[in-house]
Amino acid sequence: MGERILMKGNEAIGEAAIKAGCRFFFGYPITPQNELPEYMSRRMPQVDGTFVQAESEIAAINMVYGAAGAGARAMTSSSSPGISLKQEGISYIAGAELPAVIVNIVRGGPGLGGIQPGQGDYFQSVKGGGHGDYRLIVLAPANLQEAVDLVTEAFDLADYYRNPVLILGDGLLGQMMEPVEFKATKLRELPAKEWATNGLRNHGGKTNIINSLVLDPHGLEEHNIRLQEKYARIVEAEQKAEIVDCDDAELAIVAYGSTARIAKTAVTQLRQEGLKVGLIRPISLWPFPVKDFEKVIPTVKSFLTVEMSAGQMVEDVRLTVNGRKPVYFYGRMGGIVPAPEEIAAQVREILGGAK
Amino acid sequence: MVKVFERPKALADVPTHYCPGCTHGIIHRLIAEVIDELGIVDKTIGVAPVGCAVLAYNYFTCDMQQAAHGRAPAVATGIKRVCPDSAVFTYQGDGDLASIGCAEIVHAAARSEQITTIFVNNGIYGMTGGQMAPTTLPGDKTTTSPYGRDTSKQGFPIRISEMLATLDGPAYIARVSVHNVANIVRARKAIKKAFEYQLAGKGFTLVEILSTCPTNWGFTPIEALNKVKSEMLPYFPLGEIKDIEAGEKK
Amino acid sequence: MGKVTFTEERCKGCELCTTVCPVKIVVMADKINSKGFRPATVSDMKKCIACAACARICPDAVIEVEK
Repeated sequence: MGERILMKGNEAIGEAAIKAGCRFFFGYPITPQNELPEYMSRRMPQVDGTFVQAESEIAAINMVYGAAGAGARAMTSSSSPGISLKQEGISYIAGAELPAVIVNIVRGGPGLGGIQPGQGDYFQSVKGGGHGDYRLIVLAPANLQEAVDLVTEAFDLADYYRNPVLILGDGLLGQMMEPVEFKATKLRELPAKEWATNGLRNHGGKTNIINSLVLDPHGLEEHNIRLQEKYARIVEAEQKAEIVDCDDAELAIVAYGSTARIAKTAVTQLRQEGLKVGLIRPISLWPFPVKDFEKVIPTVKSFLTVEMSAGQMVEDVRLTVNGRKPVYFYGRMGGIVPAPEEIAAQVREILGGAK
Repeated sequence: MVKVFERPKALADVPTHYCPGCTHGIIHRLIAEVIDELGIVDKTIGVAPVGCAVLAYNYFTCDMQQAAHGRAPAVATGIKRVCPDSAVFTYQGDGDLASIGCAEIVHAAARSEQITTIFVNNGIYGMTGGQMAPTTLPGDKTTTSPYGRDTSKQGFPIRISEMLATLDGPAYIARVSVHNVANIVRARKAIKKAFEYQLAGKGFTLVEILSTCPTNWGFTPIEALNKVKSEMLPYFPLGEIKDIEAGEKK
Repeated sequence: MGKVTFTEERCKGCELCTTVCPVKIVVMADKINSKGFRPATVSDMKKCIACAACARICPDAVIEVEK
């Protein structure tokens, strides 16, 4: 069996990227993810990789664009305000159909906000945050082993679909330490990158161009139609969620990331009290795991979405449930992490008919 | 009869969208001539800016990437780090390089990234219709300095080459012009030297090229070349401003 | 001694070449090309010295020079 190593989340994510063959990391310091670039600055030279502390988050995402365009597995990381800076670059990466992995260790916002964990970047990740009709594959780990596994898968997804992939973490995940195992996995067959701009001599003399500009509107519409077809394939194939105890549940909590972990404790507590409560934990936030929801919507009587935000994912839950059952919301903001008992109290209120 | 001058192979055989008399065309050709002469089209990757030259990716036969506005030096950094044996160049105008991209060019130069930047300085924003640029001369009228650039409100032009030459990272920085044939020949030499330094691993190289924008200056192409000579040269002196092989900085 | 060939369809009529010919044989033609530009041409090829000044200042790589 593999070796389990006790690691800090930020560092485990970095190591997972290296194990996945990423040899180019471009980043910039921002709390609470500083350990990730620091770790990469130590590890990349050890594996003949490249680490660059860029002059800004904007420069870093553009370095990723260049490196990815030249055919490499490239990565950057940041936290909320820095991810805002990267949005134009991410739109370019999506428009030019380049593979890239971006890690967001979310903190409280808006603006400079705080440095405690948060989940206020859901809209930014799933509904945007850059301009144009593109989509990011967004994966939300709830523990460090899952973070490691999802980072590994992220590079494969990025290469397979030629699309950027965002790992949506938070300050809790980034800072906590847990034992992780780096499994040697070959996830899918990937084609050679014949499109990369690594010099004519490396791809038979035909000029390769990495570009997202299409001035002719008909051409741009065709390009967008192809992108949408790609996104439809991703929606069909890459939804991911965990369903816990929903078979007989009267209420299902919906939560992702660290909040889901806390909610699981609440579910255990409530079940001990005899309440029929379950949990749906989206792991892919885009594509939203609609198929998993469809499994439980017929039998579950209501949903309680819990987020460390003013309520962002809850809108997608409401869209998915589509009026068939009530959807309640509980959230904490400012970087405050809810306790299991807070969530349990909300559930009791709902099931007691008080809501 | 033997051919003594023809279209370089690295220059794509297509018509360009540039205005009549625009010096982008001359500069594109000089870069292509150098790529041909050094025999490096197979390992050259160029980075196009946002500006009139956004379509430069269609005008060279080597691999090309189109970069977000100002970010070409960062994109080039990514490419060169992945392909260290390649020749990577950025092609940028004065808005791309000296305004929005000022941090990127300073830091690529400071890190001595092994890339070559061709900086086309015509003191105006062409593509967007003639707005003021960081290198617009005092007194010059543009669509965002309609009364003439007032240094008390709109600041002073930036001398990029001299500014970057204060850094230890750059290996070669030169300012040249293309306003007549003699200077075009010198410009070509500077571009060749910049690429040679990159290929020899000497460090970051930049060639600033004083250029025209007949359309937005409101001149004929011939008049526009005269503006470079009589007005730009005094503010932006020509010469090799830094050359690590030449000993001390000038 | 020299011969220049102008690809007239690519010429944008900028006239820069007319200012640099040392033997003053580069002139603008009497016709319009398919893009609507008046192309440059040569008035007296016998005088061409194949210096390539015209080719060097041409922004559109219109001119080929032979010797």
